[in-house]
Amino acid sequence: MHMPNKYFMVSLLLTAFLSPLNVSAQTPEQRGLEISQEADRRGNGFDDFRAEMEMILKNRRGDESRRFIRVLGLEVDGDGDKGMSIFDEPADVKGTAMLTYSHKVETDDQWLYLPALKRVKRIASRNKSGPYMGSEFAYEDLGSQEVEKYTYKYLRDEVFQGMDCFVVERYPVDKYSGYTRQVTWIDKTEYRPQRTDYYDRKNGLLKTLTFIGYKKYLENHWRPDEMFMENHQTGKTTRIVWKNYRFRTGLKDSDFQVNDLKRAR
Amino acid sequence: MFISRVFFVNVVVAMTMLFSAVAVQANGKVSYLQVGVFSDKAAARNIIQQLESSGFNAEQRTIDMIGRPAVVVLIGPFERTSQALYDQRRLRDIGWPATVKRFTPLPKPRPSTFRATASGSLTAELRSFVDDPLYAEQHGSTASLAIQPEFHLSWNDRKSSLTFVPFVRVGDEDEERNHVDVRELMWINAMGDWELRLGVGKVFWGVTESLHLVDVINQVDLVESPDGEEKLGQPMLNLSRFTDWGTWDLFVLPLFRERTYASINGRLRAPLVVDTDMDALYESDDEEKHIDWAVRWSHYIGDWDIGLSHFSGTSREPVFEDKNIVMNSSGQLVILPTYNLIDQTGLTLQALLGDWAWKLEATSTKEKDQRYMQAVAGFEYTHVGVFDSSMDLGLLLEYLYDDRDESAPGPFEDDVMLGLRWVFNDMQSSEILMGAISDLDGGAISSSVEASRRLGQSWKLALEYRGTSSLESADRAYILRNDDYFQLELGYFF
Repeated sequence: MHMPNKYFMVSLLLTAFLSPLNVSAQTPEQRGLEISQEADRRGNGFDDFRAEMEMILKNRRGDESRRFIRVLGLEVDGDGDKGMSIFDEPADVKGTAMLTYSHKVETDDQWLYLPALKRVKRIASRNKSGPYMGSEFAYEDLGSQEVEKYTYKYLRDEVFQGMDCFVVERYPVDKYSGYTRQVTWIDKTEYRPQRTDYYDRKNGLLKTLTFIGYKKYLENHWRPDEMFMENHQTGKTTRIVWKNYRFRTGLKDSDFQVNDLKRAR
Repeated sequence: MFISRVFFVNVVVAMTMLFSAVAVQANGKVSYLQVGVFSDKAAARNIIQQLESSGFNAEQRTIDMIGRPAVVVLIGPFERTSQALYDQRRLRDIGWPATVKRFTPLPKPRPSTFRATASGSLTAELRSFVDDPLYAEQHGSTASLAIQPEFHLSWNDRKSSLTFVPFVRVGDEDEERNHVDVRELMWINAMGDWELRLGVGKVFWGVTESLHLVDVINQVDLVESPDGEEKLGQPMLNLSRFTDWGTWDLFVLPLFRERTYASINGRLRAPLVVDTDMDALYESDDEEKHIDWAVRWSHYIGDWDIGLSHFSGTSREPVFEDKNIVMNSSGQLVILPTYNLIDQTGLTLQALLGDWAWKLEATSTKEKDQRYMQAVAGFEYTHVGVFDSSMDLGLLLEYLYDDRDESAPGPFEDDVMLGLRWVFNDMQSSEILMGAISDLDGGAISSSVEASRRLGQSWKLALEYRGTSSLESADRAYILRNDDYFQLELGYFF
């Protein structure tokens, strides 16, 4: 690693010249990671939450189908969150429940409870790229968004819907992800994702997710009222309307056991 | 709106001073933001609504203001004053000046977790047989209606619940299929690491797809479906203990349920009708009142799931011997089932390795003076996103084994099941499952196709085919040679 003196001097000079413009001398990757870590830090500390979610699925012809799902979540120190989803509608899947232990790097653990059979089925989270309940959201879009699940690159600053935003590109670490990359608009004031563009395995623009109507809960926890996913390739859309967000409701680890699935409804 | 705003400002000016004097810095008080004091309750309500829709945690307190009630609108509580100051700035930005005050926080009202739901399904079924019946009394095509409502009460944050699921089928040509059952009537009480279930219910332990050897708790409701997947409710006491090294289950099963069989008019039966109106024969002197018990330990380690169980009591699987042939009250020759006492140890093993799910179910049973072993082992390989779509295609292969060989009472003793699961992952949750079980010795093949699709929001359409082929008279399924059928179900779910 012998560096000719000449080049060393040039780079030193260049650095000196550029430093007023680029104070931190960060690479775009470092900057992207830093923004994502800050967004994650701000999102932590809610302990647990309960909410209800209505999914409105529409195809290109405008046919509509609805899902009604109750969601419980628990923050886990040093690991990914735990989550339980209980399906109330459509009525033919009422009582179906799903338990997810997300992990920072390893694949998540997932169980599905089928009430008609009374069967608890361990499912391979390998199919994370598959649609969630036939919607335009993949399992991985709705799963716990751990910082470690992606690598990052800061692209630029841009105004999105009147908000100053960072535009950060992220690349899934998991080879089973359905995406090559995602481009996220994060507002500078509160570090909330405002929009995400998903690029499929062939690097074509697949979907756009827009976050609508952020509200603040607890001291400083922002949650969107709606999440709107649009598939550019099929014309299908899914709107998630969040209702009745409650935080620090006293949920414990014992509420997220495989056995709890059978009592979930 | 304008008038009330002016009025409110006046009140605030007058009252803030009075109120500040009242607000004592006492113990147990925390920071709040006081938005205003109102004499008009409706105005206060309106403002709370506006604040809440802007994402603030607003509440109201009623105070006595010179002998008249007034409403204080507050935002909070805040654990730290800095948080209050942060929200104060946000409030100012949207036009609500507020002052930081200290109040005793209200005890949080515990929201009632009592839940009562009624749901269920109503399903019309049309079953059409491909061939003419073998016996004169048997019917051809038949239609029936099944209703299965579900009443559920839960309280104590879902830790206690009561569920009642009756089942009724009416209209079928086979009067034994027109039956009533309590699928579930269960009281559940969870206490920390313990869970108690008392009542009637169903228990599923299996992992494989073709056959569930280890599921010995429930009797098969054979008239509902010849695949044995429909079960009768089993009276039980079930105590569960959850530990870091697995789940422990204890079952006490006080009442035995007889298997259901087709009547003389029904299809899918042997030449001799199994009479379920007469008393069945039992090895135990206590007959159906023999108290059975079972224990099970189950655990998961990484991608592996393991379950070990033991059952001691009356076998759910009957045996038929020549001495069981009797004359019933209407003068017909019928056969009675004999239910022996068994001791059965069961093992389930499953490993999820990427796209592959490896599965094993095995049992070792002591019945009378005989000990025999049965096993099902195989895999399910899932191709996610097949043909660049969002559909999943699963390939199933399982080997079924019984060490009693041809003397085994069931049809599977050296068989291979090949299956295909096609999951569309669409809005209507469309799904197709195809399977064929082939006897490696005889060459008999039983095949099935199950397809289903949701219609709109509350309806579901299901199509099923079951058939057997290349049968020789020695094959156990030979008796079903004319009973291939198509079944169409339209279900309404509420």
